[in-house]
Amino acid sequence: MEGFISLFRSYNIPGAFLVNIELTLWAALFSTVLGLILVMMRISPVSSLRKVSAGYVELFKNMPLTIIMVFMVLGAFAQLKLSFSDNFQTNFFWLAATGLSLYTAAFVAESLRSGINTVPKGQAEAARAMGLNFMQSATLIIMPQAIRGSVAPLGNTLIALLKNSTVAAAASVATETSSLMSEMIEFRPDVIIQIFLIFAMGYVILILPIGILTTYLSNKLAVRR
Amino acid sequence: MKHRYKKGLARKAIAMVCAASALFGMAACGSSSADGEKKIRIGIKYDQPGLGFKKSGTFEGFDVDVARYVANQLGYTDAEIEFLEAPSKQREAMLQNGDVDMILATYSITDERKKAVSFAGPYFVAGQDLMVRADDHSINGPEDLNGKRLCSVTGSTSAKVVKEKFAKEVQLMEQPGYAECATALFSGIVDAVTTDDIILAGLASASRGKLRVVGKPFTQEYYGVGIKKGDTAFAKQINAAIEDMIKSGEWERAIEKNTEGTDYQPDPKYNPPTPDEGE
Amino acid sequence: MGNSDESSLLFDQPGPKGLKRIRIINWVATILFVVVLVLIVLRLHNPPDGENQLSWELWKPALDGEAWSDFYLPGLWATLRAAFLAVIGSVVFGLVFGIGRLLPSRIVQGICAIVIEFCRAVPVLIMMIFFWRAFAFLDLPSPSYWAVVISLVLYNGSVVAELIRSGVGNLPGGQHEAAVALGMTRTQSLMSIEVPQAIYAMLPAAVTQLVVVLKDTALGSIIMYTDLLQESRRLGSMYFNILQTLVVAAVIYFIICWLLSRLAEWLPVRMQQHTLAPTEPEPVAPIAIMDPSNVNQIAVAKEGRPLGGSQRLYHVHHRGTNARIHGWRRTRYVQGYDETQPQSQHVPAEHHMHHRSKGAGGR
Repeated sequence: MEGFISLFRSYNIPGAFLVNIELTLWAALFSTVLGLILVMMRISPVSSLRKVSAGYVELFKNMPLTIIMVFMVLGAFAQLKLSFSDNFQTNFFWLAATGLSLYTAAFVAESLRSGINTVPKGQAEAARAMGLNFMQSATLIIMPQAIRGSVAPLGNTLIALLKNSTVAAAASVATETSSLMSEMIEFRPDVIIQIFLIFAMGYVILILPIGILTTYLSNKLAVRR
Repeated sequence: MKHRYKKGLARKAIAMVCAASALFGMAACGSSSADGEKKIRIGIKYDQPGLGFKKSGTFEGFDVDVARYVANQLGYTDAEIEFLEAPSKQREAMLQNGDVDMILATYSITDERKKAVSFAGPYFVAGQDLMVRADDHSINGPEDLNGKRLCSVTGSTSAKVVKEKFAKEVQLMEQPGYAECATALFSGIVDAVTTDDIILAGLASASRGKLRVVGKPFTQEYYGVGIKKGDTAFAKQINAAIEDMIKSGEWERAIEKNTEGTDYQPDPKYNPPTPDEGE
Repeated sequence: MGNSDESSLLFDQPGPKGLKRIRIINWVATILFVVVLVLIVLRLHNPPDGENQLSWELWKPALDGEAWSDFYLPGLWATLRAAFLAVIGSVVFGLVFGIGRLLPSRIVQGICAIVIEFCRAVPVLIMMIFFWRAFAFLDLPSPSYWAVVISLVLYNGSVVAELIRSGVGNLPGGQHEAAVALGMTRTQSLMSIEVPQAIYAMLPAAVTQLVVVLKDTALGSIIMYTDLLQESRRLGSMYFNILQTLVVAAVIYFIICWLLSRLAEWLPVRMQQHTLAPTEPEPVAPIAIMDPSNVNQIAVAKEGRPLGGSQRLYHVHHRGTNARIHGWRRTRYVQGYDETQPQSQHVPAEHHMHHRSKGAGGR
């Protein structure tokens, strides 16, 4: 028990979790926007937009997140000089957030696309029969209904995003949980099990409510025929 | 009929999968050669150009050269030397388990480590130093780093030493390996890389002339040969071999060969060292 | 599920003005993307303070034979080894705990539930770091290899367990009823009838999970496991062309994962011949607690109304969270399938278009 208390006293553990949560929130915001854009591109009548969106989703679904993070630091930052701030830590944070959003946007697009598949064909046919053009039928009729069917995969994507925020360690974000955990184990190897339990329980406490909320919402909004 | 065929097929598939997984499971375990053949197993680094690097099945670097010389003096031919990888955090474990007979992997002699293993040597005294771009003359020592950016490897204490003792305003970047730090240096997002000077020299010599070592080491790291705890007889033999290497000039030649292209000179105040540890 | 299915419904066959507009937008979009790509390539060619990233001098060491035989192929072998063992382990783990969570005994269900939810909630990297350091302290051989394998087994095994549970949950109710009618106990019905069908049903999703396993072995490079990513970093440290070696590694990862995804898309049709549960995988693997994708939304949406809109032939009382062998009455009630209880049929006013209405057609 004293092990736990001394660990909390010497290391800023809640701060590390806060960094991960911040990463998750920003990445969730950007990836939702980007995912929506991607899915609209996917169902649009313009064939080049469809191809680009399909290509993007394929690319980022089949790429390990670690490589994307390393590319953000060594490629985008180092070569393309994409810099968000002069302070290293802030810069790396935003690079990691960008990498996370690019990666998650592909999964958000996939989830939304599967949600669109749950909308009965009759809705689209009726919209067409009423004379609505593409943008109108997509934004007024299809997407609102599609979101109902995509609550479950979107919730799972959010949880996966929270867990993936630990990979920001590959983008040199030094204050987030996995880097802090490595450091703590380095200096206090005697309490390694307590350290693991602290971080594991922290994530369990963060993820369980999101999971329960997802389940509840998805049942409430479940598509019933 | 179809059912029986399928059942047999399923059983065969499961048997194959079990065999394959057993194979893969065992492939991970280190191979301990207990076949009576005279072999000496030496732990080195595989990923530090200039010190210990694995290239096309051969090994090159200063640590490798010293290891070969010592093994030859101990009576082993080159063919009887087996090099294994000794990552930084596993060096003590490998010696205690007996996976290797000795370790030459930029292994600094510290009191903390002496609790778990013994050392012979030292065979080199390195010092922490800075590596900068060849055309950058604004940095000539760790004090010049205030307001600049510094890269080092995750888990190494070098960067913290600089920040605490010399330049409080320096911005730190940690990367998993020297390759990434050197790339960062090349592309201009950091201004210096810090670690032991001979490691930097090895990196600089592979850099096609674009990087240089500042040449003012500000700490001392005594590189020793890690051996099993308490083996003083072995330590004596190794120390004799190292002394021999220094006297015969091989030591000097090995350093020059591995840091070709840079003007690197080991810190003359401490080099060549007197190997007397572990006796 | 080709794009022609989805998108061609949303817009009418465009007339001449519409066609012209689409063509213009097509061209504009294409030109925009090409311009962005060219800008990026130019920037790589001439980065400020840096080296020309497109020069052959940097690319050659990343592509020549020595690179392949000494770095990429051994790294790929290490990755595949870890992935293979992780897949086998996670299938075994998933079978054990997934079936455990479905057995009639409450204690077994509880223990399995706790284990599964814990392994699903902890990030894989945290588990890898812990096992790596623990194995290094216990002086086990190849600590990073076993750390990677065991963390992957724990996480993916829990996902497979949930896939099995959702496979069982998505079976039509008649399966269990028939088994019970034949005199089988709950456990016998589970093991002989429901789980085998669930395994067939979950195979496409399991292959998708295989892609996840491969991507997560790349995390091994953070704990110094010498997989493909780590080897390409080492190759990069020889000639300082790490960006190029990373691109090659990324291409290799992409090709393998892409091939596996193609396999996962080809499987559902084949698997549907062996099972009554829907084989179409959900887009994201189930991670949320009491996984809601037990109700496979896509499958529900695709169900036809046999006999032109009359009542469904088989009750769907197994659909819902926590697919269990008993408790189906409550699930059926909560999900609104029990028409003998009108108060459970309440659907809020905003969702009136989805009310199981007496309105005609829709399919």
